[in-house]
Amino acid sequence: MRKFLLFLIVISTSLIFILRLFYLQVYASEPYSIYEDNAIRKVFTYPKRGYIYDRNNNLLVSNQPSYDVMIIPGLVKKVDTLEFCKLLKISKEYFDNKIEKTSRYSRRIPSVFLAHLSKEDYGFLAEKIRKFEGFYIQKRNLRQYNTKIGANVLGYVAEVNRSNIEKDNYYSQGDIIGKQGVELSYEKYLRGEKGIKFIQKDRFNRDIGSYNDGINDKTSIAGNDLTITIDSELQEYGELLMTNKKGAIVAIEPNSGELLTLVSAPSYNPNLLVGRDRSKNYFELYNDSIYRPLIDKGLLSTFPAGSPFKVIVGLIALKENAINEKSTIFCGGKYIYGRNKKSMKCHCGGGYRNIYNAISESCNSYFADAYRKTITKNNNISENFDFWSEDVKSFGLGNYLNNDLPIGKKGMIPTSEFYNRWYPDFRWGPTTNLSNSIGQGEILVTPIQLANMIAAVANKGYYYTPHIIKNIEGDTIPKRFSKKNIIDIEKEYFDIIEEGLSDVYKSGTGKFLNIPGIEICGKSGTAENFTKINGNKTQLTDHSIFVAYAPKNKPQIAIAVLVENGYYGSTWAGRISSLMIEKYLKREITNSRIENLVITKSLDDEYKKPYSNKPFKINSL
Amino acid sequence: MILQRKNIIRLDWVIILVYFLLLGFGIGNILSSSISGEEINIFDFSTLYGKQFFYALISLFAGFIAILIDVKFYERFSSIFYIISIVVLICLFFFGKRVNGALSWFSFGGFNLQPSEFVKITVALAVSKYISDFQTDLKNAIDQLKLFLIILIPILIIIFQNDTGSSIVFFSLFFVLYREGISQNYIKSIFAIILLSLASLKLSVIITAFSAICIVIFYYSFKKRVRNKIIKIVSVSSLCLITCFGTLFTYENILKNHQRNYIKVWLNLEKDPNKIKQMERTILYNLNESKKAISSGGLTGKGYLKGTRTMGNFVPAQHSDYIFSTVGEEWGFIGSVFIVLLYTILITRIIYLSENQKNKFSRVYGYCTASILFIHFFINIGMVLGLTPTIGIPLPFLSYGGSSLIAFTILLSIFLRLDGNRKNEW
Repeated sequence: MRKFLLFLIVISTSLIFILRLFYLQVYASEPYSIYEDNAIRKVFTYPKRGYIYDRNNNLLVSNQPSYDVMIIPGLVKKVDTLEFCKLLKISKEYFDNKIEKTSRYSRRIPSVFLAHLSKEDYGFLAEKIRKFEGFYIQKRNLRQYNTKIGANVLGYVAEVNRSNIEKDNYYSQGDIIGKQGVELSYEKYLRGEKGIKFIQKDRFNRDIGSYNDGINDKTSIAGNDLTITIDSELQEYGELLMTNKKGAIVAIEPNSGELLTLVSAPSYNPNLLVGRDRSKNYFELYNDSIYRPLIDKGLLSTFPAGSPFKVIVGLIALKENAINEKSTIFCGGKYIYGRNKKSMKCHCGGGYRNIYNAISESCNSYFADAYRKTITKNNNISENFDFWSEDVKSFGLGNYLNNDLPIGKKGMIPTSEFYNRWYPDFRWGPTTNLSNSIGQGEILVTPIQLANMIAAVANKGYYYTPHIIKNIEGDTIPKRFSKKNIIDIEKEYFDIIEEGLSDVYKSGTGKFLNIPGIEICGKSGTAENFTKINGNKTQLTDHSIFVAYAPKNKPQIAIAVLVENGYYGSTWAGRISSLMIEKYLKREITNSRIENLVITKSLDDEYKKPYSNKPFKINSL
Repeated sequence: MILQRKNIIRLDWVIILVYFLLLGFGIGNILSSSISGEEINIFDFSTLYGKQFFYALISLFAGFIAILIDVKFYERFSSIFYIISIVVLICLFFFGKRVNGALSWFSFGGFNLQPSEFVKITVALAVSKYISDFQTDLKNAIDQLKLFLIILIPILIIIFQNDTGSSIVFFSLFFVLYREGISQNYIKSIFAIILLSLASLKLSVIITAFSAICIVIFYYSFKKRVRNKIIKIVSVSSLCLITCFGTLFTYENILKNHQRNYIKVWLNLEKDPNKIKQMERTILYNLNESKKAISSGGLTGKGYLKGTRTMGNFVPAQHSDYIFSTVGEEWGFIGSVFIVLLYTILITRIIYLSENQKNKFSRVYGYCTASILFIHFFINIGMVLGLTPTIGIPLPFLSYGGSSLIAFTILLSIFLRLDGNRKNEW
């Protein structure tokens, strides 16, 4: 025993060590990841964010350098405070306050001392920064908007928040991400790929050199430039026309589905959301509850479609053989229906109406009758209504368009199930929801849906999903944008409707909207709308709506205009449509009197009415 | 094979091979743990690895000399060496230099010498000489006392110089005494004392003392043929009581705060989460960092010169006492086990050879060598792996340090010389 004690102890000690090593290194050890090693500092290098061009290759969005003064409080030594404050144009209080705050956060980790230096200040400071120990200048990339238009289309970028980081592990604290518009939709292309440098730290958190001779480092890859379908000249003109008005203009190139303009009024200068005053400006825009400039009204406003919807009602009635081009009714100023002799008013002026002058004069009675015949055909109301609803939806209404804009609304096209639920113990029929026939009732659309609808009419039976992307540097645009969405309605019916739409400008509601040399087809609309004031449903002045396309024989532009509370469709929306069409097709305006009239028209009084706490009149010219 | 005075010295090549493996591995790891991106030049003596390389050359030279010297020389002059070394230790009080609180260095120009490392050799020689003397009888109390004194004198001096870690090394010589026939009761007592002390600290003094007395009474009541049962029960019981309460008293009143904290950490005595957090930043810091580094090595390690924690100097003292953490991180489980096995082979080989010695002096000296190497191996790697309390002693041949490397080399070389001579001992 005496001979073996030490021997046994040695053997058992090494066994215990080996077991312990096995536990530490094999059993309890996690696979090594350089990203989780806190002995390695990860420094990201940010690539150039992709530029954005308009369809005519005008540069809309690029980058600008911005300079932040950074501080490492632990390194700050005797600093000539007076000179420093003078250089930065800050007060002594700001200086002391900031030093105290940053030191409390960390004495070793750099903090931002003063963000977004102006270029001149940077120039002065850059020469002298070496004198101020503990301070340095850090360059950042900011967005630069070379235009004042399209804020809502272009969107904006901002620092990532927690949920961005959780959803996509590409991002880390302090990264920039697109938050709205094209910046958000095409974030993956615009951002490029950031590079990473691994730097070996010592236990005092100091850098001591690059890790593994930089073999694991990655260089950044620049973001792809984008060309969007927006015609910035037209967009700018649209925004000008919408001065002091709320609403939207959406223009589409029918034979491609490209969005030529996407005006949301009022807009704001995109440069407001860049730089030192960003958050101040943002909250100012955010808090404007009357005009709500941050809401893209072209994509998000939903409202009753109004008379432009008669185009679809007519098309489906023709398809279902409920009417034909020769069908005529007599309009006596109202349409009387139902057992209780309810009536629907009509402003067309009365007389015999066929499909052509019913459209051009916007006769309610004619389309109420056509709708009723469509739904009651063979007394199969529920089934007929669903067919009707499907056909309406095939114009891109009642659902998301599945385009490349990050926001949108479904709108509303009811189905038979909707009314079954609404009237569980009542046999509903077309008279129950007769207002659908004139685009009121349950029908809700957004401006982009309306524009797409009229583009489909211009194409006579199909549309391309409206989209904002024209070209991606180094990649192709999604295939779904070059796919025709076919509408199951014969071309001949579209021909009939087109004549009606053309008559609008010749003899109908839009005859004062003619543009010499361009044959336009269009349809006016006036939509009732309501709001809640102190909990009471209150009617406001009607929305002015207009849809149009031109030229008739080879449509190049299809447009939908919404002027909120603008009253008659032709008055404002109609004028704006004509001006936009002329601007796009001829690049110049012949009738500057109308142009001036539109630009100077302010509806501010109208928008303030609901907030005045006083009774007010509506629909007054 | 070296020819000298017609005698053939047969050196044990296993030991020499292991020695060189450890030496090379040591310099390599010191290099890895001390560079920070600059170009590597092994002859640059301003760097730690350069210095260690230089010390290695001195060690080889010293070892060579130690092997050339005749066996009789060591036997005959062991007492002189012992006395000289004690005097040198005492000189530290007057000319020594204090590093990290311990008064254990002489400073010559740029180099520091730690005499306590060399005292290990002289004590081993003295112990071997005394035990192998034909007049010595280890059953005799007086002789036992003299032997204890030989070991205790340097221990006391070193403790007074505030270098507790180095002093603990000498306790390993107990293995030698046990091998050479000291009474079984000693080993029983020592295990009992260790057990009682740990239990008193970890559990509770009252419970430990009470159960100890119960066991003692129980043991003696069933043991037959014991004279003076009552006296023995009373005396053993009171010894247990003294141990238990003495431990507590030492722990609370004699130990310094940092020593108390090390024990607290080791035995998980601290329950206050705030204090634990504070300890994690202070005394536990080394241990945590070293465990993290070792754990991050995984099965195969990050590769030589690729340990991120090693390169970042995350483990303080990683080139000296914590060198094993570098091994763990860069060479992984496989490399660590390799090193553990090298030590196991080295120590067991020395024990095996010692048992084969014809000469008692050689055998005892061999045992001393094995014990001293073992205690370093046990405490150092145990500490780095978080198994033993934090005691700062080097890992033989691997840790940075000239004194320890030269001393260990001489210690081993003398054994090689003694072992090589056994053919001529007839």
